Amino acid sequence: MEDPKKSQFESDSEILNVAERARSVGVEFDSSKRSASFLQVDQEARAYRWLEGIEVMSIKEAIEKYDWVKDYMWKIVSRDKDEYTKIAAEDFNGYFIRALPDCKIDIPVEACLYLKRVKAQKVYNLVVAEEGSELNIISGCTSHPSSVGMHIGVSEFFVKKGAKLTFTMIHNWQPDIEVRPRSGAVVEEDGILVSNYVLLSPVKYIESYPVAYLRKNAKAVFTSLVIAHDNSVIELGNKAILGEKSSADIISRAICKGGRVVSKGYIRGEGRGCKGHLECRGLMLSEKGSILAVPELEAMNPEVDLSHEAAVGRIAEEEIFYLMARGLTRDEATSAIIRGFLDVEIKGLPEFLKREIDKAIEMASEDLM
Amino acid sequence: MESLRVINLGVEAGGRRILENVNLYIKEGQTFVLFGPNGSGKSSLLSAIVGHPNYRVVQGRITLRGEDITNLSTDERVRRGIGIAFQNPPKVSGVKLIDLLRKCANVAGLSEEEAEKRIDSCAKFVGMEDMLDRAVNDGFSGGEIKKSELLQLMVLDPEFVMLDEPDSGVDLENIAIVGRAIKKLLERDKKEEDRRKSGLVITHTGHILDYVDADYGVVLFNGRISCIGDPYKILEHITKYGYEACIRKCVEERR
Repeated sequence: MEDPKKSQFESDSEILNVAERARSVGVEFDSSKRSASFLQVDQEARAYRWLEGIEVMSIKEAIEKYDWVKDYMWKIVSRDKDEYTKIAAEDFNGYFIRALPDCKIDIPVEACLYLKRVKAQKVYNLVVAEEGSELNIISGCTSHPSSVGMHIGVSEFFVKKGAKLTFTMIHNWQPDIEVRPRSGAVVEEDGILVSNYVLLSPVKYIESYPVAYLRKNAKAVFTSLVIAHDNSVIELGNKAILGEKSSADIISRAICKGGRVVSKGYIRGEGRGCKGHLECRGLMLSEKGSILAVPELEAMNPEVDLSHEAAVGRIAEEEIFYLMARGLTRDEATSAIIRGFLDVEIKGLPEFLKREIDKAIEMASEDLM
Repeated sequence: MESLRVINLGVEAGGRRILENVNLYIKEGQTFVLFGPNGSGKSSLLSAIVGHPNYRVVQGRITLRGEDITNLSTDERVRRGIGIAFQNPPKVSGVKLIDLLRKCANVAGLSEEEAEKRIDSCAKFVGMEDMLDRAVNDGFSGGEIKKSELLQLMVLDPEFVMLDEPDSGVDLENIAIVGRAIKKLLERDKKEEDRRKSGLVITHTGHILDYVDADYGVVLFNGRISCIGDPYKILEHITKYGYEACIRKCVEERR
């Protein structure tokens, strides 16, 4: 077991440079603020460490270490799902993060995937929150300045009986990066999944429509905050398949700053007594670009409660005027409203994660003005 | 010393003339009450004074302590000492009342420490201390909206206070609190010679006069001032005989 106090990144100057760059976009490696860290540059998973109750290693190592890891892989996201999962299945690396049964660790695990010089970074991640455990993961994916390429990330999440997983992904790409995450989750009985996705910087193309299967009494909250800058195309959403008495909330906030956003949501009520709500709000800040909201609900029996609300528009002049009547300049008023738009109250989100997201919003709001 | 002057003001909104030849001369320490039937232009006058972009001044000017503010933006007018409580303010999702109050305190020139103190004492004064973390006007009741407007003004502490129907939709329990807050804002709790604040209060029903006294009453009718005088006499007349009769009487008296 390595000394958790000493960062392994310090032993390697290239990794150190990458870690610096990652820090500048908000990735945190400080051992007092994280329970474990994982950093992958292109295909090389170079550094990691672990503390009691949590296992963090590269998926390659996990496959060697545990026979049962293979039984989890490709069970929710099929290898043959599309051309991208096929590419990823051929050759991949990624993280394996596991919380042992009943271990409740609120200090998050940091998992950073860094795209540096390869044409395509291929990632397979596996997260297992064992029965009764609590696990927090912050995943910061980012790329080297002026890098060009594609990030294909397959992630599978297993939230066992009564476990809680909070997964927060903060993407920070470059304008020439194409990103195709393919994710799936199974939340078992009484389990909770809180999933947050934040993308506030320019990107070429993102396409992601992960699916979550909720078993009896399971709960899930999906929140996404995205800004589509000039030339960015973002196709994003969440699917939830609801079992008996389970519930899901899918909340999205999209800002168009010249790019295109397709904000999707799909909830299927399969089990009796399940509940699902979709909330999609879009803010147009530009004459260019577009926001398309596509909320879909499907009931498979009469005893389901499914609803959605979608609203897309510009900032109301009345609100700007109102804040100006309290002495805010037009710019200050606009910025306060944009920040307010992105400030979603995420249920069950730990305070430090809220601070991380606030920090990202703070950085982005300044750029928007 | 003069506070706000409105000189021969003409205002257009939505391509229509809505105020014509409006003149007001309000001195430091004076409170004016603005009467008038629905659609007479009361709210439009307040909007024009605070610089709402939809209300275009096409004639005349507005001055504050002698300075022409007709062409200033709303925030610049507010920074010079104009404050307004709206009748139906919009909800601003995601912007918390406490954050807006801190901004008001900042505009008022308070240090952070002074700001927290003033916000705390003013929030207690209007009984809003449990609502500070809520988004502004989001899900507020009628009374809470009025109290929140007054709270923001108390923190901002403007020299010239405009209140648009501060008593409408307020229940009996809250009307006394609203009355006390207005009294404080307009320094009606001080001796006449010590008052520095002045203001213009719109009231449709006149109920607010039970809680706050005023120096002058003004009746606005069809976008023109038709009457200025003792606010209590005007109110009595309007209550007894209606607006038209009141205006006829004013016109006759002027002859």
